[in-house]
Amino acid sequence: MFDLTGRKALITGASGGIGEAVARALHAQGAIVGLHGTRVEKLEALAADLGSNCHVLAANLSDRAEVAALGKRAEETLEGVDILVNNAGITRDGLFVRMTDEQWDDVIEVNLGSVFRLTRELAHPMMRRRHGRIVNITSVVGVTGNPGQANYCASKAGMIGMSKSLAQEIASRNVTVNCVAPGFIESAMTDKLNEKQRGAIMGAIPMSRMGTGAEVASAVSYLSSNEASYVTGQTIHVNGGMAMI
Amino acid sequence: MSDIADRVKKIVVEHLGVEEEKVTESASFIDDLGADSLDTVELVMAFEEEFGIEIPDDAADTILTVGDAVKFIEKAQA
Repeated sequence: MFDLTGRKALITGASGGIGEAVARALHAQGAIVGLHGTRVEKLEALAADLGSNCHVLAANLSDRAEVAALGKRAEETLEGVDILVNNAGITRDGLFVRMTDEQWDDVIEVNLGSVFRLTRELAHPMMRRRHGRIVNITSVVGVTGNPGQANYCASKAGMIGMSKSLAQEIASRNVTVNCVAPGFIESAMTDKLNEKQRGAIMGAIPMSRMGTGAEVASAVSYLSSNEASYVTGQTIHVNGGMAMI
Repeated sequence: MSDIADRVKKIVVEHLGVEEEKVTESASFIDDLGADSLDTVELVMAFEEEFGIEIPDDAADTILTVGDAVKFIEKAQA
């Protein structure tokens, strides 16, 4: 698709559906990939399947010290991170008036706080090298909202605003910052939906199907490539037409 | 020049890619050495790393020339 030969990419949440698809896509295009996640066995299995040019980098993103350490470890292990894909995310759904502080804090900390901290760690060396690609995986619901997901939607909307600010700050250093906003994608996260939720979602998607991780990964590949050199601060929506923004 | 001044000069030359002769005590990072605002932030971070000190934002705002940086670092290390 694109030529990412020799580029070093760190993908967070690579043990999840979309993260794994992104890791596979970047690796297939020649990138050396750092696979972050919490489930080490899953990462090891993915690494074994990919063969060479990959490294497993486990870390708990709700722990600030571990996030900083992950950035340093990735920079050392990969000898410079060219592409950072902030994909890891969690959900703690609940109706707004019933949502606990813990549900709110957990989601904001992992989905937004850790992205800020990890990106801060890695953006600086990218600036120094005068090259970098930061791709943040947000969500269609960060733009449209979704009942029962005030915390998740806030974190994903926050990610878009943060990306636009950082994009403006470091554009002059040839580092681009963009978002990919998946709609409903077949993954462990959407497997949790019940039949009624699923039915309602299908009715709202013009393509009448969920997307695949590979379809999200294609957008990430583009934004990570040399071809996307003049694209920054943008959000690419990959959602089968369910929201045309 | 003191050891600190030499090290500061080296960082400035490396980072801004300017000729050594231009990096005098009175040279302004922005006006004389062609730095932009991000460069000055990066220089401050490089000084912090090199000398193991912390330069708060309000202090960083007062470091406009090579000499300012040397003076600040000498004081911070004293």
